[in-house]
Amino acid sequence: MSAAPPKRTWRKPPAIANPVLRYGLLGLTFGYLYWAVASLPFDWNRIVQGFPRAVRIFGNAIPPEFARSQLMITGFTESIQMAIIATLIGVALSVPVAVMAARTISPTPVYLLGRAIIILARSFHPVIVAIIFVKAVGFGALAGILTLIVYSLGFVGKLLAEAIEEVDYGQIEAIRASGAGYFKVLVYAVFPQILPRQVGLSIYQLDSNLRASAVVGVVGAGGIGGTLMNAFRRFDYDFALAILMVLIAIILVSEGISGRIRRGLT
Amino acid sequence: MLRITDLTKRYGTGELVLKGLTLEIGGAGLTAIIGSSGAGKSTLLRCINRLVEPTSGSIVVDGVDVTGLRGRRLRHARRSIGMIFQGFNLIDRLSVMENVLSGRLGYVGFAQALTRRYPQADIDRAFTLLERVGLQDFVNTRADTLSGGQRQRVGVVRALMQDPKILLADEPTASLDPKTSQQIMSLTRELSEELSLPVLVNIHNVHQAKEFADRVVGLRYGTIIFDGAGSDLDDAALDRIYEGTAGRGDEHGDETVGADARGGTVASP
Repeated sequence: MSAAPPKRTWRKPPAIANPVLRYGLLGLTFGYLYWAVASLPFDWNRIVQGFPRAVRIFGNAIPPEFARSQLMITGFTESIQMAIIATLIGVALSVPVAVMAARTISPTPVYLLGRAIIILARSFHPVIVAIIFVKAVGFGALAGILTLIVYSLGFVGKLLAEAIEEVDYGQIEAIRASGAGYFKVLVYAVFPQILPRQVGLSIYQLDSNLRASAVVGVVGAGGIGGTLMNAFRRFDYDFALAILMVLIAIILVSEGISGRIRRGLT
Repeated sequence: MLRITDLTKRYGTGELVLKGLTLEIGGAGLTAIIGSSGAGKSTLLRCINRLVEPTSGSIVVDGVDVTGLRGRRLRHARRSIGMIFQGFNLIDRLSVMENVLSGRLGYVGFAQALTRRYPQADIDRAFTLLERVGLQDFVNTRADTLSGGQRQRVGVVRALMQDPKILLADEPTASLDPKTSQQIMSLTRELSEELSLPVLVNIHNVHQAKEFADRVVGLRYGTIIFDGAGSDLDDAALDRIYEGTAGRGDEHGDETVGADARGGTVASP
């Protein structure tokens, strides 16, 4: 028999093969961290003084005050209404925009227009969009609804466009081969394939709009956010805590429901 | 019925996939197109209904030159060309009946298509054809719950719903097991005879080509190098059709070995 095979060792090759690049990147990362921490104005005195103040504020907030429930119900009802209306309109608008923004089924000029709409709708945080709409149409729920429509359009439109780009092209080919035109191909070959995604995204967006409707209220766009902001302004921390607790409860419930529905989809 | 003259096809700036191909299909009967992968079989079939745009040449289907047709006239020409696909290409999430009726999309209006309100004659024909292929109990079943053989039968029915003048089949049995594959080929053959429909089938399986086809066309690198009855397809002809393809595989293998060797030298220091 032949001798035992030579002993061979093995190590996982490093992720970055070039050692100069590997250690260089590592050095840069730590160098930047050191510079960032050293140059930012961390005022330890303010942090130390801040803690007791935070404790005082939160102390005032306990126990939460649910007595003004009428105000709370009005605010939450408005928020939920805003979220539902904005989701319906935003999702409806996102479908044609998504079709436009899908490279595989749209001619280039239409594709670019669709992408531009989505990029525009997504480039600002809802709070900034809300500030613009409050300036444009005044305080209240209308500004909030318009904000959430833009928010839904951007998010659902983008993900739906990606879903359209990933559909099985064979099904499109088959419908096209039957002599169907563009819109029939959309209805028969594209929409059935993205339907589960569409429903899932819509439910997720409703959930997400509910959350965002509270935030945009802070800048005057209606809903529970306005009530919450007023409570802070009047130092009614106990009422504010009550609002926050209800908000968390509503979001948990809606997340639970939407998660369950989305799991059930195939 | 079908006359292809000097057909060429080039994808982008690449090599010619079809090199001036001329082919005429007369009346009914099953014509098999054989050839190795990359010979241009799929491209040829897809040029006929313009799923692929021919580079030059003419294709006349039932008296109409389909090259250069646009818009409505192209869609009308496509109605008379049925197609069966290798991957079935059914709409997975729609029912068997919706898939079958989608063969009529070239005939009905958009509102009818959207609301699934097809003419009674179409529905009658759909039931008749579904019974013919033994799927009458699956009318409202979702297409993705069927077995491969059942799906391809839906694919055949969908193509026949178009009331085609010619049927194209692109590797219709390549995704099926041998027994089902045999069944689909016999079904295609029978329907071709019943409806006196010319059928053009791309096929990998030479035995099936010989068994089911009236005529066999051998394609190699975009050129027809065999055209005759299945019985004339002897070993010499097969060698010519498939010649060189194994050699190309070996070359490819050598390249892979070379790449591995280079990889080894990079990793060792």
